[in-house]
Amino acid sequence: MVDADSATKPFERSTEAGKLSDDQVWQEFLTRQRRLRWRRRILPAITLVTLLVLWEIAVPVFDIKAYVAPAPSAIAKVLYSKFGLLMSNLLPTAIEAIGGFLLGTGAAILIATLFVYRLTAEEALFPIVVMINAVPIVAKAPILVLLLGNGMAPKIIIASLICFFPTLVNMTRGLRSVSAQQMELMHVLSATPREIYFKVRLKNALPFLFTALKIAAAASVVGAIVGEWIGASRGIGALIIQATYAFDSPLLYATIAVGSTFSVAFFSLIAWAERRFLKWNVANSH
Amino acid sequence: MSIASAEAVTASDTPIAIELNSVGVRFVTDRGIVTALQDINLRITEGSFTSLIGPSGCGKSTLLRVAADIIKPTTGSVKILGRSAEEARKNREIGFVFQDPSLLPWRTVLENVLLPMELGGDMTPSNAGDPYVLIKLVGLAGWENAMPHELSGGMRQRVSIARALISAPRMLLMDEPFGALDEITRDRLNEELLRIWETTGTTVLFVTHSLYEAAFLGQQVLLLAAHPGRIRDMSPVNLASPRDLSMRELPEFMETITKLRGILETC
Repeated sequence: MVDADSATKPFERSTEAGKLSDDQVWQEFLTRQRRLRWRRRILPAITLVTLLVLWEIAVPVFDIKAYVAPAPSAIAKVLYSKFGLLMSNLLPTAIEAIGGFLLGTGAAILIATLFVYRLTAEEALFPIVVMINAVPIVAKAPILVLLLGNGMAPKIIIASLICFFPTLVNMTRGLRSVSAQQMELMHVLSATPREIYFKVRLKNALPFLFTALKIAAAASVVGAIVGEWIGASRGIGALIIQATYAFDSPLLYATIAVGSTFSVAFFSLIAWAERRFLKWNVANSH
Repeated sequence: MSIASAEAVTASDTPIAIELNSVGVRFVTDRGIVTALQDINLRITEGSFTSLIGPSGCGKSTLLRVAADIIKPTTGSVKILGRSAEEARKNREIGFVFQDPSLLPWRTVLENVLLPMELGGDMTPSNAGDPYVLIKLVGLAGWENAMPHELSGGMRQRVSIARALISAPRMLLMDEPFGALDEITRDRLNEELLRIWETTGTTVLFVTHSLYEAAFLGQQVLLLAAHPGRIRDMSPVNLASPRDLSMRELPEFMETITKLRGILETC
């Protein structure tokens, strides 16, 4: 709201002044836009820093024990001193999350395509998919560890299962969202089913797909970590369990920070790709 | 039930573009079986401009879709340019303009106009018109690389007309193409459509719900009655060519409107 108000100000001022040239008014408008963009980045940063400072002060003031909640400075120290350990545990988690993301979303795209062309397949499979999705991930994880052992495979499968459902639902909707007139046009132009799929349906589904991919990117990291809780010697999830049992709270918090940062980075990568490839989709751009 | 047939008012040796013989179309809907068209006998000569008008539910759009091979008639036979509608469609002799421009939003103006040339598998047309010439013809020179969301409604419809013309179709079917536009834009596009028709010599069948548009554009106006959809009348419009918007004030134009309105009220 504040942004919208201030964005209109240059125009008001230019009518008051009346002497500014169009170019000057335009330049002033651009400057203000740039300032607004920076404000949008700086304000949350200020909030974050303020919260960290309050937290840092609260720990000695209220005499909070380090194993209950470590001060930010203590966490930062661990982040620095155990950087190698943290990164070597991030690597397997990242591989599991990205692997699961690719597997889950890839399978969902293929099955969504099948659903759109074979209604029977959707009628037969979708209720089962809903049921499997209804089982909590923490319940599915032990079963998959029993089935697939203690390696990376069960974690990748858990991450892919989390990614699968939102992508399937969104992609099916996206592929179906072609207007009746667009289909009639394709018919008049004698388009083949293959051309309709690649030139219309798939492109049309991209905004829906990216919405799902953003959800999936963040969820895949959660899936990998939950999988590691059940049984793993390395990974962010394993390190969380080890640090918790050792009452090493600074390491626990540092591990969580590393995991979250990776998750945010993965999400941002997909969001960047969306902005890059969906310039035409004005409804979604800011 | 009256069985009316309609013939274009031109010399009988001119080739026929659209020939419908006792065409009937029935749909099954939630409320039962609907007869959209009943016993349509129609002959439209090549190179003519025919407006198609009638009350809602008279099957104007259905008739257009039968001619474009989008809908297969339940009964009767269809001949487009002397062959089956399917053959005419596959040979790209039919250009279709919808009420919604139906542009692909991720494609530029130029790419949208060129879309028909990329489709059809083995039947991809080879005799493409020059897209730049067509874009200029519809008044969008300089906008070739614009995206659809940067264009106004009228401009988008111009793009869809250029797209319909790219394969140099011998027949142009238009389904209320200017129905969603404001009056000033519509007037301008009406004049430009006549100019395009004169330039290309294509046969035009133009569905509208505006009497003025029907009479201004058409050499003849085909009137349908509703429930079930059937031909009510085919009237010539006696206006000189080329036409311009000021002709809408001529007494003969007003007479045509009055006559058409009289028939429409009995549909």
